[in-house]
Amino acid sequence: MDLVQLQRQLVEYRTSLYHEGFLDEQFTQLQELQDENNPDFVVEVVSLFFEDSERLLNELTKALEQQSIDFKRVDAHVHQLKGSSSSIGAQRVQKVCIAFRNYCEEQNVEGCLKCLQQVRHEYSLVKTKLESMFQLEQQILSAGGSIPM
Amino acid sequence: MMLGNCATSSSLSTESDEDIVNNNLTVLVVDDSPMIRKLHDMHLKKFGLKVQVAENGKNAVDLFRSGASFNLILMDKEMPIMDGAEVTKELRTMGVTSMIVGVTSLDSIFDRQAFMEAGLDHCFTKPLTTENIIFLLQELNKKNNEEN
Repeated sequence: MDLVQLQRQLVEYRTSLYHEGFLDEQFTQLQELQDENNPDFVVEVVSLFFEDSERLLNELTKALEQQSIDFKRVDAHVHQLKGSSSSIGAQRVQKVCIAFRNYCEEQNVEGCLKCLQQVRHEYSLVKTKLESMFQLEQQILSAGGSIPM
Repeated sequence: MMLGNCATSSSLSTESDEDIVNNNLTVLVVDDSPMIRKLHDMHLKKFGLKVQVAENGKNAVDLFRSGASFNLILMDKEMPIMDGAEVTKELRTMGVTSMIVGVTSLDSIFDRQAFMEAGLDHCFTKPLTTENIIFLLQELNKKNNEEN
């Protein structure tokens, strides 16, 4: 695939991520912060998001496995996940977190378990998609091109 | 106004843009999330601000105790050991007059109110936007002018 095709593919892919609600305006703001002095800024922030999320998802799984669930603790983790997902524009993850928090408030175990499954699913989707997008960007850079905005 | 992110200016004259690109204003970002610290650090640096980060409330208080001072403090609410409201109260008790701005993902108006009452000047929803920063710089300039 030549450079122009790669660049077009990237633009199309990125656009689809916005259309499908995986990413929102906040991600655009993130990209706008990147510059020549900090060319890996977006990748670094997203990597921190991945680390953070994986830690939180593990904590959530543990917390919901307890005999007597501490809903305050569960809520605190979901709240954090909501905050970090909204900060990078991972809109679908953020939306599940909102529903998740409602179930925590109601102390609804089934609802919480369902949301945990959903949030894991949405997280793994956005992770895969962002990684694909970064790979495309890397291919373009390796081919000597620049990332279209 | 409690919900600070409503207070945005939609059009800026070139004159105020020049005032805004700053010089010597210092900011302390207090947040336990490395991702948020990195985000805010980058965003604020774009406006020419000098940024330091603290990963929890105790570190922030210790910084001030050791004599550091900042024009602006961005304070996360949910942190372990000392939450943002506790840190804010402590700093105000210590006599810190810097602008302290809460940055939180709290949704409830009551929670925000409680945070504001700890001594905040403004409170925004995470994450901080460009409009928020411009607003804060304008407020900081006003504050500086009043104090000089």
